[in-house]
Amino acid sequence: MIKVSGGTVRFGGHVALQDVSLTLEAARTTALIGPSGCGKSTLLRLMLGLVEPDSGVVEFDGAPLERANRIAIRKRVGYAIQSGGLFPHMTARRNVELPAQHAGWDRARLDRRVEELRDLMRLTSDALARFPAQLSGGQRQRVALMRALVLDPEVLLLDEPLGALDPVIRGQLQHELRDVFSELNSTVVLVTHDLAEAAYLAPDDIVLMREGAIVQRGSFQTLREEPSAPFVKTFIDSQTERVAALTGGAV
Amino acid sequence: MRWMLLLFIAISAVMASGPAHAQDDPRLVVGSKSFTESAILGHMLRMLAEDAGAEARFESFPGSSVAFNALLAGEIDVYPEYTGTLKRELLSELDLNFDVELHSALAERGLAISEPIGFNNTYAIGVTREIGEQLGLRTISDLADHPTLRLAFSTEFMNRGDGWPGLRDVYGLRNEARGIEHSLAYEALASGAIDVTDLYSTDAQIAAMDLMVLEDDRAYFPRYDAVVLHRVELEQTHPLALRSMLKLVGQIDAEAMRRLNERAEIGEGGGPRLEPRVVAASALQEMFNIRVDVGGKDLWGRLIDRTREHLGLVVISMSVAILIALPLGVLAARSRALSGPVLAAIGILQTIPAIALLVVLIKPFGIGAQTAIVALVLYSLLPIVRNTHAGITGISADLLESADAIGLTAWERLRRVELPLALPTVLAGVKTAAVINVGTATLGGFISAGGYGQPIFTGITQNNFNKILEGAVPAAILAVLVQLAFDCLDRRVVSRGLRL
Repeated sequence: MIKVSGGTVRFGGHVALQDVSLTLEAARTTALIGPSGCGKSTLLRLMLGLVEPDSGVVEFDGAPLERANRIAIRKRVGYAIQSGGLFPHMTARRNVELPAQHAGWDRARLDRRVEELRDLMRLTSDALARFPAQLSGGQRQRVALMRALVLDPEVLLLDEPLGALDPVIRGQLQHELRDVFSELNSTVVLVTHDLAEAAYLAPDDIVLMREGAIVQRGSFQTLREEPSAPFVKTFIDSQTERVAALTGGAV
Repeated sequence: MRWMLLLFIAISAVMASGPAHAQDDPRLVVGSKSFTESAILGHMLRMLAEDAGAEARFESFPGSSVAFNALLAGEIDVYPEYTGTLKRELLSELDLNFDVELHSALAERGLAISEPIGFNNTYAIGVTREIGEQLGLRTISDLADHPTLRLAFSTEFMNRGDGWPGLRDVYGLRNEARGIEHSLAYEALASGAIDVTDLYSTDAQIAAMDLMVLEDDRAYFPRYDAVVLHRVELEQTHPLALRSMLKLVGQIDAEAMRRLNERAEIGEGGGPRLEPRVVAASALQEMFNIRVDVGGKDLWGRLIDRTREHLGLVVISMSVAILIALPLGVLAARSRALSGPVLAAIGILQTIPAIALLVVLIKPFGIGAQTAIVALVLYSLLPIVRNTHAGITGISADLLESADAIGLTAWERLRRVELPLALPTVLAGVKTAAVINVGTATLGGFISAGGYGQPIFTGITQNNFNKILEGAVPAAILAVLVQLAFDCLDRRVVSRGLRL
């Protein structure tokens, strides 16, 4: 579905991504994980054309991502970030509707879709009438996910979608997200620094990154049992207890 | 967007009501300088032209050279002038000594003067009778013995070649001299703040304040015979009106002129001060038995006219300024390479003093509302550009990225996300510009742009405090109302989500 070949991104003198190649198959959930500054967010933004590669190519569904088709491709992708990225001057409902309005949806279809997503994300219609500043952190994140999902995207890109939430709400949303992902049947790419979250939401495909490069890719089990480098083992061991707590030791 | 709609409604409303001053007016335009005597004579000329059936309009100018240039440019057809001013000031580079020379110099420029109206309003040097008698002053030469006397002269006298610099050299005076607004000089004399000032020999206050006029014993001051200065082609285009205006020749002597000035500046026999227009009408009635309907409006009528003109200046200039500044601010926010030069250039515009800017603009744009509007537009750019730039660059990167990520084009992002988010800051800039604009527009009074500046300026030059208030008070009230209106607008158009 998405293919990055030899992607290199520099910000000034700093190399954020160094010759990264990654292929993501359709209808699969992948987690990009690694310590802060490892390039996982940059890789995600590269896939959407939000940063341009200094060298390398991004292909979307077989077609190279270029300036000319960028807008069209973005309409096929849902994107949500840590702080939600909701527009403060619009109500939650208007935020959700905005992408669909620009896609030319009529009112009835829009209303139907918002209702569906509201059920899926378990929000009240009262909450949708409020402005982002009047919502709790968890509600904001649910609205952001609704906005990402409104066009029924083929690909869902999530950058630390739960990063700003307190542990209780976060745990609750993690459970809900797993249900949502399995229901969607979309390609999902999730950026997180939390191994437990990755192992829970994308147990079969975890990409561990460090200093702008991919260190190892595989299922959680592979990473744990056959680490390809000392760094992988260190990273996994440092978070194992929390993984056990979240997955009930079942992995 | 509601606020854009409001803006366009405002523009079209003003456009529909027409500009404050029509251009290319086929009618006769009579000018005058703004001080009382010139205004009275100017109104008399206008009324005489109208009496001969012409359609005439009156325009007032702040000084000799502005009026003279307006005449040369054909913006006006005629105005009262003084021979001394023509020879020593307006055409001083020609070094004219004789009237024949003056006549031919004017003819070369398509101008002509009448025979003298009958009084010589030359400069005179005056002191209070008290000081004059105490020091035994009689002539200007006597001043040389008293170098500690405090001299203050009208600004024009201080600077012109036939004013203070020449007087100082001819009489060998060593006194320090300061500049002072002529109409304030009398009060300064009366209160003892200054000892000596320049007078005009027809000043109403000479008799009223019992001032002592020092004899010009070295015949320094030239003759300042009042004449009718007009464009030659009036002989063809408005022969009857011209003949009617020339009736003034030989009809007003110094004593008569002093009395007319007194009616306007002090009030005759303890009566009220009259508008120059009214004095002119009564004089024509007495001299030629011409009945003129003064047709002046009452205070409210004038206030409504001035308010309309002032709003015209403000609304037109603000609309144009917004149309220029908003895109400029967006552009500056888009490109870091542009933002520096754009903000610097507009900042420099702001540092030019308003008066200087007006004077510079007179050359290309002439006298009138259009010049004031250009100046006001330039003045209003900075707050709007700067706030638009700040409002847009202040939007968090997360929000911009979210807008891009959901597939908005650059234009949609600007319209749906950036401008609404920057709106509170942009509005604050527009508000600042508008409040400053209302105040600065009063300077339009100096260049006949209409509005509240007109009574303020007339009041200053005619030493009439009530007249000044007639412009100053409504200008202050309007500024406050504009501020309130924007606070209201802010609550209506800025999203509630941004005020939480």
